[in-house]
Amino acid sequence: MSATGIPGDQVTESAGQWSSSQPTVGVSHQHADGHGHSSHGLIRFVRSYIFSTDHKIIGLQFLFSTLIWFFVGGMLAMAIRWQLAWPWQNMPIVGPMLFSGEGGQISPEFYTSLVTQHATVMIFFVIIPILTAAFGNYLIPLMIGAEDMAFPTLNMFSYWMMWPAFLLIGSSFFVPPYGAGAGWTSYPPLSILTESSPGSGMAQTLWLGGVACVGISSMMGSVNYLTTLIQMRAPGMTMMRLPMTVWALFITAILQAFALPVLTAGAIMQMTDRLLGTGFYLPELASANNSAPVAGGGQPLLWQHLFWFYSHPAVYIMILPAMGMVSDMLSTFSRKPLFGYRPMVMALCVIAGLGFIVWGHHMYTSGMSPVLGITFAAATVMIAIPSAVKVFNWLGTLWGGRIQMTTPLLFSVGFVSMFIIGGLSGILMASTPVDIVIHDTYYIVAHFHYVLFGSATMAIFGGIYFWFPKMFGRMMNEFWGKVHFGLTFIFINGTFFPMHLLGAGNMPRRYADPYHFELFADMLPLNQFISICAFASMAAQMIFVLNFLTCLFWGRRVGRNPWNCNTLEWAAPSPPGHGNFDFQPIVYRGPYEYSDPNSSDRDFRPQTERPSAIESRSENPGALAQTGSRHV
Amino acid sequence: MSMGRIWSLMFLSVPILGTGMYLIGMLASSGPLALWFPENINPLAVEIDRLHDIILALIGVVFIVTSVALFWFMWKYDATSNPEKAKFVHGNHKLEVWWTVIPAVILIMLAIYQFKVYADVRINRPMLAGADGTLGTADDQPEPPSFEVIGRQFEWRIRYAGADKQLDTADDIIGEVNELHAPKDVRLVGSLKAADVLHSFFIPALRLKNDMIPGTRQIVWFQASKPGTYDIVCTELCGWGHYKMKGRFVVESQEEFATYLERLRKAQFDRSYDNGSPSDQPVSPTEQPAVATVE
Repeated sequence: MSATGIPGDQVTESAGQWSSSQPTVGVSHQHADGHGHSSHGLIRFVRSYIFSTDHKIIGLQFLFSTLIWFFVGGMLAMAIRWQLAWPWQNMPIVGPMLFSGEGGQISPEFYTSLVTQHATVMIFFVIIPILTAAFGNYLIPLMIGAEDMAFPTLNMFSYWMMWPAFLLIGSSFFVPPYGAGAGWTSYPPLSILTESSPGSGMAQTLWLGGVACVGISSMMGSVNYLTTLIQMRAPGMTMMRLPMTVWALFITAILQAFALPVLTAGAIMQMTDRLLGTGFYLPELASANNSAPVAGGGQPLLWQHLFWFYSHPAVYIMILPAMGMVSDMLSTFSRKPLFGYRPMVMALCVIAGLGFIVWGHHMYTSGMSPVLGITFAAATVMIAIPSAVKVFNWLGTLWGGRIQMTTPLLFSVGFVSMFIIGGLSGILMASTPVDIVIHDTYYIVAHFHYVLFGSATMAIFGGIYFWFPKMFGRMMNEFWGKVHFGLTFIFINGTFFPMHLLGAGNMPRRYADPYHFELFADMLPLNQFISICAFASMAAQMIFVLNFLTCLFWGRRVGRNPWNCNTLEWAAPSPPGHGNFDFQPIVYRGPYEYSDPNSSDRDFRPQTERPSAIESRSENPGALAQTGSRHV
Repeated sequence: MSMGRIWSLMFLSVPILGTGMYLIGMLASSGPLALWFPENINPLAVEIDRLHDIILALIGVVFIVTSVALFWFMWKYDATSNPEKAKFVHGNHKLEVWWTVIPAVILIMLAIYQFKVYADVRINRPMLAGADGTLGTADDQPEPPSFEVIGRQFEWRIRYAGADKQLDTADDIIGEVNELHAPKDVRLVGSLKAADVLHSFFIPALRLKNDMIPGTRQIVWFQASKPGTYDIVCTELCGWGHYKMKGRFVVESQEEFATYLERLRKAQFDRSYDNGSPSDQPVSPTEQPAVATVE
């Protein structure tokens, strides 16, 4: 905000001047003012920072919650890797504390809980909420020039609906065998017949309740994003001037809004099968471990269809926002317009569209009609086309740029590098006959970790380094950021690339100890190498934690636009106050006008920069009238 | 060298090390990286391996080309070592068309090729000639399964068809738990069932994998061309003991198989039959699978 402290006093001037560094004093003051109606300090604090309706606070709440869960999920992965490298050995340090009953070693039933809870935490509590809810909440209003979300209270509920989920799934860690044990896919009858496994008891009920709550939370969020994006864009912000991050979040919100109700309903049906004796997913007289047969009359495959009808689009929910963020960062730090903006938008839409009709590729060997497998294979193979288009366009963006090797750029290139691997291996398993061999082996584990951990997490880290100055008005340390990147990149590749070979050797997933099979007996040394890389990549994250926490308080203060970026959020103060903008943003151009030779003084043109006299003659005179913004 | 170029070299190491690791996996005969598809003894599924190799070669080339391009652009356009101004380019329509159409054509061809492979192993069920005695006519009957595997926490229960070559009849022969025998060079049709939860019946050497679903019957077929003992693996999470659901798949000559079946049959039906050594002990009646409850 300006030194005068009067928001909006710059409206009449070219907003482009905001892009240079501006003093940030007074921002926190302005923030407090936004809630000044309450006289009581404690209530004001609670309203501002806990039960806040401000999209930025909600975004940060999601960010901090998900980062904490990220740590939990990472530790669960370490335990899995311990067991696979040194099976049945006492786990150092934590083993005696956690499993004193077993003498400090991981029991087989706890191993099934580990794989279940690791996946659940990472997917439902980390990747999906950090991308759609943390970045989505924080960035959508800022990047489209709105003062907040369309439904701020609904937005607050979407965060607080996560807490029942946190508590339910968190408490399942305390119910023997310390977590649900039917896999994150929760296939019945294992997940319904309580006698079938120790992990199918109370912990599974808690798990289902948690997943249903996550579903409700995301549904509230997605409705909000869609409304905000359609209704609240700043004047001049046409759909084809939206940054890729916002486009990706828009498409993601559509996926969530249409796919999530299916999973939520499916989870509730599974819950009634467990608790009320319904028979959606159980065949007649189903029984396990000599339990009393149930009436049943349903079909176990029904769950798989419902589950994957959501969870395949969920794969794109977990990667599309990352793709959008990477597109923005690559363009910014190549100082070059994004290559092929329209094809990139089209590719997003095609991926999302096809994403709804490929769920069956998770079920090639499930026993559904093999003829269906062929249909799904055709659609799945097609999805490689828009993915390839995106990779080619990212390469095109780097080509001919002036690449600034900042931490966000490195993470973005790391994303592209790993997405190439994860995307290409997807073609192998999209092919039905090949999938017969590699289904449920470490090939699949390598593939989805390259996409979800390699790619999506690279983009998440890049995004945190990139938008940290906007969120907190301070920079993260670049040197330690690059060290973090280098170690993470090396050790993630060291962890997941060799898994392709384990998969080629057909080592199955979710095995506590595969080495007693002749086929897998000689895989121990490679598994130990993988585990050491996994431990090292976990240790490298401590650099990030320290960098994040110290820079939160002591990082170098920066102005509005430290990266010389075009998009609207960089025209707002850092951090933006309540209501975001201290002037009315008006958008005159697309988000990627870097290195325009007509702009002689600097290599970027913020979206708010007024067109020069020459430009305005060629500009479409009706452009402003096209928007449906309520600010007009 | 600028830092940017050091970073780009790191990105170059990905295709080099990645390709190297795959080559070692494929070609090495020993060592910790000598991991590749197990030997394929199923002549009906050789096309699967060929398809895998074709796709792998294809994506290998794309992997190397795109990863090297990524390295090269990072190397060449690093701002600290390259004085040129950034190109003010928004895209290229022709390029977009080409790099959409070419992958599309390749992928569609792949999709069509794999349909045939898949149909042979999963859809075109082996048929027997009907009343007219010739195959390929309208009255062909699907070949009935000659054996059955039932997945049960955490073991494989086996049954073979008796003299009437039909399962679920009085002369069914009950096999040993966790041990499936098959005659060499005979095309076999089998039936898969589950007694409690989902299991997945996987014999890597046959490239055969199919889930077992309680309440349903799955039909699979294969042919084993090489005598020996191979692993049977469960590949669907089925509870705490999932990892120890191990079975043996024994391929033997047709005479040996006939002898084996006869011994099982005698142990089951012939009261005067004297069981030989303990290792020949067949399944005792109390361990018979509780099939009736899941049908």
